[in-house]
Amino acid sequence: MSTVRVAIAQCAPALGAVHRNLEMHRAWIAKARDAGAGLVIFPELSLTGYYLKDLAADVACAADDPVLAPIAEASRALDISAGFVERSADAKLHIAQGYWSGGKLVHVHRKVYLPTYGIFDDGRYFGQGDRFETFAAAGGTAGIAICEDLWHVSTPYLLAAAGASLVFCPSASPGRGVAEGGDLGTAESCRLMDRFYAQYLTIYVVYANRVGHEDGIAFWGGSEIVAPDGTVVARAPEFDEHLLVGEIDTELVARERARNPLLRDEREDIVLRNLASRLGLPLDRRD
Amino acid sequence: MTESLARTGVIRPDPKDPSPLRIDEALVRKMLVSFVRDETVKAGLKRAVIGVSGGIDSAVTAALASEALGPDNVLGLFTPYRRSSDESRLHAQAVSKAFGFRLEEVPITKQVDAYFADNGGDTADRIRVGNKMARERKSIEYDRSWPDGIVIGTSNKTELLLGYGTQFGDMAAGINPVGDLYKTQLRELAAHLGIPAEIVRKAPTAELWEGQTDEGELGFTYAEADLLLYHMVDRRLRPAELVAAGFDPKLVTRIREMVRRSHYKRVMPIIAKVSLRTVGHDFLYPRDWEAD
Repeated sequence: MSTVRVAIAQCAPALGAVHRNLEMHRAWIAKARDAGAGLVIFPELSLTGYYLKDLAADVACAADDPVLAPIAEASRALDISAGFVERSADAKLHIAQGYWSGGKLVHVHRKVYLPTYGIFDDGRYFGQGDRFETFAAAGGTAGIAICEDLWHVSTPYLLAAAGASLVFCPSASPGRGVAEGGDLGTAESCRLMDRFYAQYLTIYVVYANRVGHEDGIAFWGGSEIVAPDGTVVARAPEFDEHLLVGEIDTELVARERARNPLLRDEREDIVLRNLASRLGLPLDRRD
Repeated sequence: MTESLARTGVIRPDPKDPSPLRIDEALVRKMLVSFVRDETVKAGLKRAVIGVSGGIDSAVTAALASEALGPDNVLGLFTPYRRSSDESRLHAQAVSKAFGFRLEEVPITKQVDAYFADNGGDTADRIRVGNKMARERKSIEYDRSWPDGIVIGTSNKTELLLGYGTQFGDMAAGINPVGDLYKTQLRELAAHLGIPAEIVRKAPTAELWEGQTDEGELGFTYAEADLLLYHMVDRRLRPAELVAAGFDPKLVTRIREMVRRSHYKRVMPIIAKVSLRTVGHDFLYPRDWEAD
């Protein structure tokens, strides 16, 4: 069996306190290493906190800023994915999730879908990312979808189509909806999403949510790893800090895809022609 | 399966169906206890100060704070005026006993009466007297919170939306764990927390004058208002849709007007903008701005 042990650091970052959060990351990385993990994933904006407002500009840094060096250094022992505010070369601020391995930053995803409605105001403070890319991660080819990114059906679809067998979803999801007769409203929606994408795109979904409060809003935790056959490999408790550890079996992806070859049979050309025609874009046809 | 279908199905507005107001009490308790703990610590404080009136809102708040911070870190203040009833005192004491926090009695009669003796006397409007009492109480809570306590608010969602409270009086607080729960939902949570039944059952009153009850003064019941507010606010139904669903058109108009007219009470004072960067307008830092 070819498995990789993945850890999710379901933590509560301090808002706007990067150095304290770096210390906090160090502690969780050590715990993940002790648990035998080959990869530890932190939630969205784990190094800065989420509801930053004007603090976003104060805590932003370039992806190669020395302030992130301790994370790079720690990634010599195991792969690390953590969230920060990236200031791009042309001075735009992005909600970013880095992936560090072997002492180096190997991938950065900039959040594409910035929720700006209800309790969210991402679009006021941040610029949009403009792509979903895959990269080589512990456990296979992976893609990152930050929180709201995953709520857009096209995101995991594009990543799976591009070869990802793992989708990491670092989140800062506020818990809301406390009606009787079910789980927390947000939790129900997220679990439905994770399981649906995992099973119908035959991928692992690694959902890393945070906990703690910011200005009265509670992040609900409930991090989970869902396998391509739809089973929940591991799930963290709601609202409490927790190091969640689960095994990712790369052969299970192959077995599920043999049994259920939805991705093999996917007609990306039809999707592309349909969208191109609707948007009035020309397509060079190869046939 | 049936349950989850019920949860995800369409919630229909129906003045005779209060079920959409029901909450998962254990989940809400967990969320509110950790809210009090987290936000008190983030403010750099460790104790809670709560005005305990003998009513259900402050009973629930004191129970949550006791669970969050430990009863030794909770101070309840019973602040009677000469018209306050003995029953209120007994109920405040019962809550203190049930949850183990210290209750102190600080009467407000002398200062309120002394003030009105020189400022309007017996002719002072009872609303003025009620507001003065609410602000007097809050000034005592803030005084007693020094140096390491946070004043915990007890205004529920119904009162906040209707504006049924005194600005900078009972509405004032450092944090408020119960402000997103309608009165009906607070009753449900109170029963779950083990608040004595006679407190959960009694008619809500601010005791601002003799024989006052909230529902008598408002002219409608909390059950009616909560259900209407739920569909109007939480579910975003327009007045015409509420009337079409069978809600009383007069009540719909009245409650909507109460919400509109009281909105000033729910926001910070507005500041005239003249500079390049202004508090409240475009100087927007989170309150939980933490030290690095």
